[in-house]
Amino acid sequence: MTLTIHDLRKESGSYLPGSAACPGCGATLAFRIASRVLGPNTIYVVPASCFSVIQSPFPKSAISAPLYNIAFPAAAATASGVYRAYKMIGRNVNVVVWAGDGGTVDIGIQALSGAAERGEDIIYVCYDNEAYMNTGIQRSGATPLMAWTKTTPTGKREMPKDMPMIVAAHRVPYVATASVGYPFDLANKFEKAKRIKGFRYIHIFSTCPPGWNSPVSKTAEVAKLAVDTYFWPLYEIENGKLRITVKPRKRPLKEFLELQDRFRGLSDEEIEELEKIVMEKWNFLLHLEKSERVF
Amino acid sequence: MGLGVPIIIPVSKPSKGSAGKTGLWRVEKPVVDEDKCIKCWLCWLYCPEDVITEGPNGFPQIDYTFCKGCGVCADVCPTKAIQMTKEEE
Amino acid sequence: MAVEGTWEIITGNHAAAIAAKLARVKVVPAYPITPQTTIVEYIASFIESGHMDAEYIRVESEHSAMAAAIGASAAGVRAFTATASQGLLLMSEVLHWAAGSRLPIGMAVVNRAVGPPWNIHVDHQDAMSQRDTGWLQVYISSNQEVLDTILMMYKVAEHPDVLLPFMVCLDGFVLSHTYMPVNVPRQEDVDEFLPEYSPPHWKLDPENPITFGNLALPDEYQEMRWSMDLSMRRALDLIEDVAEEFFQKFGRYHGGATWKYKVEDADYIIVTAGTMASEAEVAVDELREEGMKVGLLKVRAFRPFPHRDMAEVLQDRKGAIIIDRSIAFSSGGPIGIEVRSSLYNRSGSPPIVNYVTGLGGRDVTYEDIVKMTKDGIGRITSDRLGRPYYWYKLKPEYEKIELSEEVRL
Ligand SMILES: Cc1ncc(C[n+]2csc(CCOP(=O)(O)OP(=O)(O)O)c2C)c(N)n1
Ligand code: SF4
Ligand code: SF4
Ligand code: SF4
Ligand SMILES: [Mg+2]
Repeated sequence: MTLTIHDLRKESGSYLPGSAACPGCGATLAFRIASRVLGPNTIYVVPASCFSVIQSPFPKSAISAPLYNIAFPAAAATASGVYRAYKMIGRNVNVVVWAGDGGTVDIGIQALSGAAERGEDIIYVCYDNEAYMNTGIQRSGATPLMAWTKTTPTGKREMPKDMPMIVAAHRVPYVATASVGYPFDLANKFEKAKRIKGFRYIHIFSTCPPGWNSPVSKTAEVAKLAVDTYFWPLYEIENGKLRITVKPRKRPLKEFLELQDRFRGLSDEEIEELEKIVMEKWNFLLHLEKSERVF
Repeated sequence: MGLGVPIIIPVSKPSKGSAGKTGLWRVEKPVVDEDKCIKCWLCWLYCPEDVITEGPNGFPQIDYTFCKGCGVCADVCPTKAIQMTKEEE
Repeated sequence: MAVEGTWEIITGNHAAAIAAKLARVKVVPAYPITPQTTIVEYIASFIESGHMDAEYIRVESEHSAMAAAIGASAAGVRAFTATASQGLLLMSEVLHWAAGSRLPIGMAVVNRAVGPPWNIHVDHQDAMSQRDTGWLQVYISSNQEVLDTILMMYKVAEHPDVLLPFMVCLDGFVLSHTYMPVNVPRQEDVDEFLPEYSPPHWKLDPENPITFGNLALPDEYQEMRWSMDLSMRRALDLIEDVAEEFFQKFGRYHGGATWKYKVEDADYIIVTAGTMASEAEVAVDELREEGMKVGLLKVRAFRPFPHRDMAEVLQDRKGAIIIDRSIAFSSGGPIGIEVRSSLYNRSGSPPIVNYVTGLGGRDVTYEDIVKMTKDGIGRITSDRLGRPYYWYKLKPEYEKIELSEEVRL
């Protein structure tokens, strides 16, 4: 079953307009769409992140589903506890972690890995804005090579962690990448994840205009170009089998980089180097797509 | 302690406008030109703020109380039916 | 008042595990650490053999153990875990989170020294350093008391006026691995005493969607902390009430927030906690044989701290000897510090001598307690009270340094 815009329009999501999110926030867009697919019978667990602020201050909240804010490193463990309690109660709910990249690939990776290994029946979502935005744009383990942040003022010198593959190596039933530039693909991945039992992981490329210094109106465009320039390939790994879900439209990487000041001032050689890395990864994915099992 | 102990907890209620009337943040205002609109609903799909609904005449209607004026809707509209116009002071 | 349970010869850890089973806890996230390990092993075997109906979460760390307990309790079920030492310290961030979320989670803390160096033996540094996390803390001196107190504390913690988590602290090895006769109550009696937990304040439930713990501005935050503090103080009375109720039902009384032994006519009162209090009972009898009128005031609840009991019992005595198994560096023993604040600004407050000893499992026998008491009485009667606290049982070469004139506060 493939969701269409009409299906999505029928559902009501769990995001209420008028929140504290910045204009053009990709994380908010991701939540808006995902929550429509997940439906109201969902409990969210959110670690420290922009998303703790996006909810707006007490005593109001922009989120209309039950949501628990937990300490930064602990989201996957807390979600495990929620899921197990509901299992004892005998009621079915979607238990969803909604975490930033820092809360996922850095400080939360231990709890995430533990929950994945135990096969907790939860959906772990990483909305990836590729840095610690809540604390004012510091690099994370997901920040791309050469990207500017306040703690990498001359550009990051390390490669980001390949988190979806790290999770896939736990042999969980479902891992997917997504992008707010491809909302149908994103929605359909949630639709699929919802129907699978066990630990599911969805990693969403989420534009952050203030953090990336990209034009506020280009949130969708940047996230589309990320996919179309091979920078952020969209795939899913279902029971170990990898499938590329969107064929990139073969745009030059430069178009994607140029839209964001965090990549400003890269030399042609540096852009070439990035292109090489990106294409290597893409070719590797094509290779993986041919094999029976990735892990 | 016969007074009873108030358990004061940080429990928040879902509300529209949880951060106030965010429409006040706007610098530019999206305006839909219904003549150009083909009702593809991509503006609705991509609006991060979820402020676009179907108006009584079947065209996109924007809730200006909360629309933050990001312009994503205008950017994704395939027929350029949404214009970003300067907000009046 | 028939005691209808069955008698078993078991360790303190076994007693803690049985208590969790009798309390019908529904979720047990756990991570092993010496000397807590057998608690979580017993619970695993109870669950796997079908004797206990609960979800066991084999988490990858104590931080996750507490985070998962938080998730379970927030979903509205009774949760239990156990830890010690480094494990408790790793939990620290989420200990605060559990209390601030007003979740009545239960935890057995098997007290163990903190590294480095590695040391698996008893002292109270681990739990006492978590003093201000908002957890109720009760210190225990027998295996029976372990079992009974876990049951009682769920009742206190889940009271609609309290809604705070609790730790029952038992001394590593001295209780955790020592066999003692324990009366195990019948399940039906426990069920009557401790009904199923049903959160009166909030829970995570799609039927009633709320957001918990988003940003609170300075205008809102302080009252939430005040409410925790008020609940903590309210728990003092409830610990007493529930102990009385437990006594009525099961015929056993271990004290409320404190336990008093031969205090009525005492000139001097020993104040201490944990198994040192059992030794202190023997010491009181010894000292009385020798003609010294000494009594014991055992601190059961360290949080909430029984300031009122302290003031009432210690008022107009000739002196108080306070023995701590933890060091608040440069400040003294944690109980000593608290008792001072119970007594200050009150007329009739006695002189205090505070000893810090027994760290990392250094043995503290009744003979040691007799010695400290006599030393303390000597200081009080000869007006040698120059220091807020004294180390006891240092090696002689270091004791010499400690007691030298240059070493002062
Ligand atoms: C233990 C701990 N360390 C540090 C912080 C401060 N902190 C809060 S959010 C955050 C960064 C969050 O980054 P990410 O997970 O990527 O989410 P984002 O804000 O980018 O959406 C940090 C460092 C904290 N809350 N807790
Ligand atoms: S900083 Fe970025 S991720 Fe955070 S709210 Fe603003 S746009 Fe969203
Ligand atoms: S300007 Fe932004 S917030 Fe306003 S309707 Fe368009 S997309 Fe939505
Ligand atoms: S995106 Fe443009 S054409 Fe499509 S519905 Fe919106 S205004 Fe109409
Ligand atoms: Mg981030």
